Parts: sequence; C-alpha cells; structure tokens
Amino acid sequence: MNVVVCVKQIPDPAAPGALDPSTHTLVRSGKLILDDSDSYGVEMALQLAGNVEGSEVTIVSMAPNGETSGLRTALAMGAARAILVSDDALAGSDALSTAKVLAAAARRAAPDLVIAATESTDGYTGTMPVQMAELLGMPSVTFAKRVSTDGTTLKVERQTESGYDDVECPLPAVVTVTAGVVEPRYPSFKGIMAAKSKPIDVLSIGDLGLDAGQVGRAGARQEVVDVSEAEARGSGEIVVDEGDGAQRIVAFLEQLKVV
Amino acid sequence: MDRIWVLAETAESGPTPVTLELLTAARAHASTVEAVAWGPDTASIAGTVGEYGATKVYDVGDLAGALPGAPVAAAIAALVASGDAPDAIFVPASYDGRDIAGRLSAKLDRPVLTNITGFAQGDGQLTTEHPVFGGTLVVTARFTGDGPGIFVVRAKSFTAERSGGGPAEVVAVAPGDVGATGAAKIVERHVEAASGPKLDEAAVVVSGGRGLGAPEHYALVEELARLLHGAPGASRAIVDAGWVPYSHQVGQTGKTVKPTVYVACGISGATQHLVGMKGSKHIVAINKDQEAPIFSVSDLGIVGDVHKVLPALIEQLKSRG
Repeated sequence: MNVVVCVKQIPDPAAPGALDPSTHTLVRSGKLILDDSDSYGVEMALQLAGNVEGSEVTIVSMAPNGETSGLRTALAMGAARAILVSDDALAGSDALSTAKVLAAAARRAAPDLVIAATESTDGYTGTMPVQMAELLGMPSVTFAKRVSTDGTTLKVERQTESGYDDVECPLPAVVTVTAGVVEPRYPSFKGIMAAKSKPIDVLSIGDLGLDAGQVGRAGARQEVVDVSEAEARGSGEIVVDEGDGAQRIVAFLEQLKVV
Repeated sequence: MDRIWVLAETAESGPTPVTLELLTAARAHASTVEAVAWGPDTASIAGTVGEYGATKVYDVGDLAGALPGAPVAAAIAALVASGDAPDAIFVPASYDGRDIAGRLSAKLDRPVLTNITGFAQGDGQLTTEHPVFGGTLVVTARFTGDGPGIFVVRAKSFTAERSGGGPAEVVAVAPGDVGATGAAKIVERHVEAASGPKLDEAAVVVSGGRGLGAPEHYALVEELARLLHGAPGASRAIVDAGWVPYSHQVGQTGKTVKPTVYVACGISGATQHLVGMKGSKHIVAINKDQEAPIFSVSDLGIVGDVHKVLPALIEQLKSRG
C-alpha cells in the first residue's frame, strides 16, 4: 500500500504572525517547521502502513524556497521519502492551486491512500484535501477520528455535529485526520540520523506539467483589497485571587442573572 | 447581484441555524435567493427556507448513505454546466459544507474564499471579511476571476431574520456524475448522548485548556458547565493532546461560540482560540499567568490557580442549590 501524507511547513505558530504589506499574504521568510496538525497524519500513515505488508509512506509538500526542515522531521519519524514542489511561481497560491500541485506530486507515488490534516494551522482554509481528492478522482472522508485499513477498504469514524459516523470507502481514497487521533512519535536519534540520507525529490511546477498561470498569485483569482484593525474588545477587571476569586465570579454571574 | 444560492443543511429539527443566517445574508446582496438541499424529505424545509427568503429549493434528493461532498457538488456542477448558474454560492463552514465547497471548487475550477464573517459591496462587487491573527485584524477580499464564486461562511456571523416569504418551490435536480468519488458511504450513525445544550447554542460555555494540567481535571469544567446549564468547551491544546474530542473545540479550527457568558479555565488565549469566542457577550477568565492574552478580552479576570478557584466556585454554586 502506497501512503502519501501531505504536510505543510509553516512559520512557528508561537511567533507573532505578519502580513506582507504589498501582497497581503502571510510572511514566511523566517524558519519554517512541520505544522503540528500534520504530525498526526504522519503518525497515522506510519501506523496504517505498518499493518499492511509492503507499504511505503511518502511525504508530499510544497514550499516556495526549497525548505526541507519540516520534511526531515517527518522522515525522522519514519517516512521513507519525500517529494517537495518548490518554485518561485508558487508564491501566493490559494487552496485550489495548492491542490493542483499536490495532486500532481502525489500521483508520482501512485497513492492508494492520501492522508492530510483537516486544515493547516496558518491558513486554515480546510478545503485543500477535498479539492485534491476531486482532482485525483478519489472519494474522500474528512474529519476522521479513527482510521483503519486492510489495504483494500478504508474504515473511518468520522466526526459529526452530534457524534460520529462509521464510514467505509474503497481505496484509493483521501482521508483527513483531526488532531489528537493518534499520539505522534518523537523522532529517535537513530531516526534523525537516518532521515539525513533519505531521498527528497525537489520538483518544479514544470516537472509536474503545470503552467505558472495556474498557480501562485495568478492562479488564485482572488485579492485582498483591505486590511484593517478589528474593533478592540476592552478588558475589564483583572484581579489576583486572594481566596475570593470564586466569590467574585459568583457575584459577576449573579449580576448577569445567570445564577 | 442577481442570484445567490445558499447550501441548505438540514438537521432533525429542520434547516440548521447557519443555513438561516446565510439565507438572511444572501438577501442583502441579491434580488433572488435560492437554496440547494439534499436528503430524503427536502419538501419539509420548503416552508422554513421560504420564510427566510429562498424562492426555490433545488432538491438533490436522498443520497442513500453517501457522504454529501461528491454527490451534492456534482449535482450543482451539472446545474451550472447546463447554464443555470448563480452569481455566488454561499456555503456554511460545517463538516459537510466544506466537503461540498472543496469538491465544487475543483469541479468548476473556481477558487473558494473561506472563514468569512462578513459581506460588503465594493465597486459593485461582493467583498468578504475574514478575521486574522486572533481577530485583531480584518482582511477584506474579493474574487477577481469568473463566477460563480464559492463563499464559505462561519456560523454565527449573521443574525437570522425572517423575510416573510411564502414556501419555496421545490425543484428536483438530476444527480451529477460522481464516478469513483462518491464511494464513501455511511454504514452507521452514532449519536453521542448530550445531557446539556449544544456547544454553539448554549447561553453559557465553560471551556478548559492546558492550564488544567491533566485530562481528569476536565471533569471540573464539565461540572461547572452542568451547574450553569451550559456546555463544556475546550482549547485546541487539549483537543490535540487527546483529552477531549474535536467536537468540543472552540476557536478558529473549531466552533465559533457567542454565549451570554464564556468562562475560560486555564486557557492562555492563543489567537486561534480568541477567534472562536471573542464575540461572547461576557467573558470570565481564570489563569495563573497575569500576562495571558485571554485577560485582554475578559470582563472579569481572576489571576489564580484554576485548581483552587474552580472547586471553590463549584462548591459555592452547589451550596446555593
């Protein structure tokens, strides 16, 4: 079973974000790391591949500047190889352009199963994996909280508003996993060393047969027309608990007639 | 705009609240508002969607257990291909809504704008508002290519208001071609017993975060929620850690809540969380770090140990009976 995991390398979410004043896109010039949301997908892929003999896990990603540090993290966890699409023409790509690029890259690994996070931490559009599924002509099951497969059929517990659905789907298919579904392993020292020699294919959009007009800012077909400060919500009374914290909250709730 | 379609999701009680919010929003920007629905009994919602302004409901019909993404998108794409295209399609940012928007986007080769919380008109065009960086900035965007644009809108961005319209006309639409993409089937549904109100409808929401220290302490959050007749919520940190299911998550990647009172327990207030709860009418926060960003949006902030304040609070509320 060939398992492809789509991952995104993002600016550290703990650092304050900024928008580029001219393009209004997220500034990505600093160090990029593997999106935490994607570590669940990588772990899920490794576990599912471990259960089906002859499986291999390939990491697929796209980044404008040849960034590989996040990919090395995924390789150190145990993935066999990675495909990185890196091209100046990709800057400013929207979710659909990204899906076109990643679908073309994933095809190279002849995937039986494609795994992605439900959404990225920095862009959180949440549509890319399904757009990719449509482009690959595959069914998709989103918001998975449990996944199993025998290499032929995918069985998923899919989150719903009121609980979850048992969903079944033949492979090949795309599945998106919610955070917390598995406990991502920490790369071992051995894994980190092994990752240094694992192959990363770096491709341009031309290698994938895509045209610069389909991706990047040209392909996005949307623009930011304004960025403004949101109405600030003033803070109220902040008090240090001197053993009366609970009482103060009760008094506040009483005043609002909640209790 | 002449015509906007709204993707109408249905729950047991009828169209979901966000469906009615989107119908209301669509009315402000188009002379004709129509709905697209699916399920075994679309006729039963014709009255309600009509009351909120839809004059027509396109009925995709019963999906026979298939997940809605592929078949609903295929039916809409077939309508558009036949020349019956709206200027814009409004989609709720729900589990199924996002699936349908993604499929449709790829089928029509049209981009999507997501996480929309407001609409406006600029130069005769529809513009969209998106909160970024924890809602401190608002980005205004628009499509530059050919329509129909696909707009994915967050729940509770608009207040649903009736238009007083009569029942919508139900029009059956032919299923589109899904090929292999429609093969995901629901085998069984599990409804989890919820004792209190729903997270996104509750008047009181009590949420817990990493400051609780350990998964078993989430029971305090649940108990306080129960005592206040509210719903328990969670920050992304403890959902990621596997303490509570994703359905509890409040924030940018979870639910948007706007209760009368929001109580944040041991939540620092990462921007990703603030987006989902900043619209609450009143906010109470308990956190041991005086510098925690959650205090910047709180009406009452208690700088203290959540393990002391929460049990005391529960005790006091219990003793009131």
